[in-house]
Amino acid sequence: MTGYFLQAFIYLLAAVVAVPVAKRFGLGSVLGYLIAGLIIGPVLGLVGEETNAIQHFAEFGVVMMLFLVGMELEPKALWHMKLRLLGLGGLQLLLTSAVITGIAMIAGLSWQVALTIGLIFALSSTAIVLQTFQEKGLQQTEGAKGAFSILLFQDIAVIPMLALIPLLALPELASAINETAGQNAGHGDSLVEGLPGWLYGLVIIASIVFVTVGGHYLSRPLFRFVASSGLREIFTATALMLVIGIAALMGLVGLSPALGAFLAGVVLANSEFRHELKANIEPFKGLLLGLFFITVGAGIHFATLFENWVLIISITLGVMVLKALVLFVIALLFDLKGSNRWLLTLSLAQAGEFGFVLISFAAQNNVLATDLIALLQLVVALSMFLTPGLFILFERVIMPRYMHGSGSRQHDTIDDKGSVIIAGIGRFGQIVNRLLVANDFKTVILDIRSEQVDLMRQIGTQAYFGDASKPGMLDTAGIKQASLMVIAIDDRETAVEMVKYVKLAHPELKLLVRAFDRGHSYRLRQAGADYLISETYHSALEMGAQALRSMGVHPFQAERQKHAYRDIEAQQSDVLYEAWKDDASGVRFDNNYRELFMELQQLIDDALKSDLHDNHSKRRGWTPPPKGYAEEQLKNQKD
Amino acid sequence: MSTEASSPSRHILLLFAHPSQARSEVNSVLFNAAKKHTAVTAVDLYAEYPDFNISIEREQQRLLEHDVIIFQFPMYWYSTPALLKEWQDLVLEYGFAYGKGGDALKGKQFLCAVSAGGREEAYQTDGFNHFTLRQLLQPLEQMASITQLTFLAPFALFGSRTAKEEHRITLHSAVWTKLLDSLAQDTLDITKARQLENLTRYFDEQDLHK
Ligand SMILES: Cc1cc2nc3c(=O)[nH]c(=O)nc-3n(C[C@H](O)[C@H](O)[C@H](O)COP(=O)(O)O)c2cc1C
Repeated sequence: MTGYFLQAFIYLLAAVVAVPVAKRFGLGSVLGYLIAGLIIGPVLGLVGEETNAIQHFAEFGVVMMLFLVGMELEPKALWHMKLRLLGLGGLQLLLTSAVITGIAMIAGLSWQVALTIGLIFALSSTAIVLQTFQEKGLQQTEGAKGAFSILLFQDIAVIPMLALIPLLALPELASAINETAGQNAGHGDSLVEGLPGWLYGLVIIASIVFVTVGGHYLSRPLFRFVASSGLREIFTATALMLVIGIAALMGLVGLSPALGAFLAGVVLANSEFRHELKANIEPFKGLLLGLFFITVGAGIHFATLFENWVLIISITLGVMVLKALVLFVIALLFDLKGSNRWLLTLSLAQAGEFGFVLISFAAQNNVLATDLIALLQLVVALSMFLTPGLFILFERVIMPRYMHGSGSRQHDTIDDKGSVIIAGIGRFGQIVNRLLVANDFKTVILDIRSEQVDLMRQIGTQAYFGDASKPGMLDTAGIKQASLMVIAIDDRETAVEMVKYVKLAHPELKLLVRAFDRGHSYRLRQAGADYLISETYHSALEMGAQALRSMGVHPFQAERQKHAYRDIEAQQSDVLYEAWKDDASGVRFDNNYRELFMELQQLIDDALKSDLHDNHSKRRGWTPPPKGYAEEQLKNQKD
Repeated sequence: MSTEASSPSRHILLLFAHPSQARSEVNSVLFNAAKKHTAVTAVDLYAEYPDFNISIEREQQRLLEHDVIIFQFPMYWYSTPALLKEWQDLVLEYGFAYGKGGDALKGKQFLCAVSAGGREEAYQTDGFNHFTLRQLLQPLEQMASITQLTFLAPFALFGSRTAKEEHRITLHSAVWTKLLDSLAQDTLDITKARQLENLTRYFDEQDLHK
């Protein structure tokens, strides 16, 4: 047992140290994990044989990643960008893999191996590139948009690739491995072994239909049922169960678990539980993928690198130059100009994390020999290590040249209006949402009551089930892009916590918060909320004014009284808040706040009364000149 | 107070604008008198629209249903109180009150019932205020012209701040009722009513007590 803890501790420690450092140096988290693996593996030798076992386990992170990728792909949105996807993405994949396959065959490899290598190198690193775009604020440039289309296409293309690679298996490798592995290699847990071809086909179709239809019709009642129990961890368990269940089913019928998870993700893309599901799966995916990359790093053969460093470095540079060339041609074809052309060319010139996935998958399926695997892994990793350098090249050398003149960066159209996140779509949030939506602002609505979300959806409001107090949830809701957040939830403590967290993580985001009462509003203000409304304040004032009208007070007078009340309250609010803070923090014990509060009540009373009594009005407004003033005028006129 | 026997044939719309009626000594008396008049629809604009959110629809409908339009207001900075200005800005739309197809108000009569703090002597070209009251109301006169309303002379009370102390309000209110009667029965000599400086004079010359 202690041994396991020790192992786990080493892995976690490496990640905890290496990832933040890598990010600090602009290398991104994927490289951070790889470095962590390198350090505990080949460099320090802290971990050894077991990395292989762990890697199999960690590959489940890839399944989860594909589930999430699927969930990002709303079929409608995909259809919308089909031209860009197929055009940019299709062309890139086709050209790159064709050229690399060709070269590999010339180098004397069999066509199966050459094609596998071509596919591996055709992929780029979604994780590094998208993150870098975001960090450098390039997302809205035409170049980045093109790159995004290509990456998306690649992510989707991984699915058929995973299906294709087993077909490329080399018989001589398979038998060699079978010999060494003995009986263990034969899988005992397949349902379809020994079935006739037609029945096998039928079983596969049936399971795909089951995943699609079941995902659509069965998952909702299930999630609703689970959500209504209000148990957070059970929801997480359900989400995990779903993904693992699908992976298991696919495994049983001999299909790729990743493919099944991807399908399920697409099916659930439109579900109201989408954000919540993502938020629950994301941490597992992140950790498992991280683990996966660590094991890749740990498994890298330094010996191979040192022995063949000339070869490996030249292959890496060759692959990158080739990829860049293809991208440059595509950028030309698609009429990308200026710095955008260079951005597309340089940003996607590396191989990516899916390359590792394909390599280990190909290895399992006996497509690649061991020495080739080590070499390919080194090339992929090295090209990823070089990527930040390419971005620096772009920023320092290329951008400046296009900044003036016809550079297109300044002309980028920012079509994102900056959306508003609304937490809580009860009676309060609904009104806020209506006003925003009616004025064409995009809102993302989160609520933890699934009945409420259903209700909203029935009346055509796009709401999501999700706990807005979870940072992960807010991230998936797009808090990084949002320019405003409205907190209208009806839980005091959570609201305060939410304000604290959001102000810490996203200090520029404006926060409009519903408060319950005076005390709550002070606490929210202390936590950093930008604008507060006490939920009952305005309605009570309105009711008071109506009471006055009902008692025969002139409606305009009632309106004025309302304003008088509001003015005094606003004038005093800062003083009261400071006093409350002193009281609350124990700076003073003399009930200063209480006294000031009484004073406020008195001030309001005075103001309201003075407004009623005509001529000696302290409160101003439409005060006529004194009685004798007309005569004074006449006197002046005569002088 | 109407002494005429015949039932009124015309409808009068009285649009009253006074933001501080609790202090009013003149206008509230006139407005209450008008409320009792059967031919008058008396609208307290500040009561109906305390938040200035005037219903264009409702106000235009009212205009269509009446033959005589009266603005009643205290003179504030040589003009109307704010809400009455807002009313004009919102209600008198192109295509309704003026411009192409805008003759909803054509032929209706229009007048202002004004109270001014200043004395009549001050409202002279050589007086303290440099203009007569009717001159100062020229924006409204031109508004009437472009909306094809027949502009009658203002019905004005001067020195309004001391009218109560000087016991002038009762007489003024009596003349006001008489004016409303004549407007309702359409017995006013329009040519004359258009030319006067102040409509209160109309009845001075004829016998008020008749
Ligand atoms: C804000 C304000 C502005 C005024 N401006 C004028 C003015 O320009 N000329 C004038 O003669 N009287 C002016 N007055 C005096 C009012 O006309 C006077 O108070 C009103 O006619 C009295 O009528 P009431 O008793 O019904 O309120 C003004 C009064 C106020 C409150």
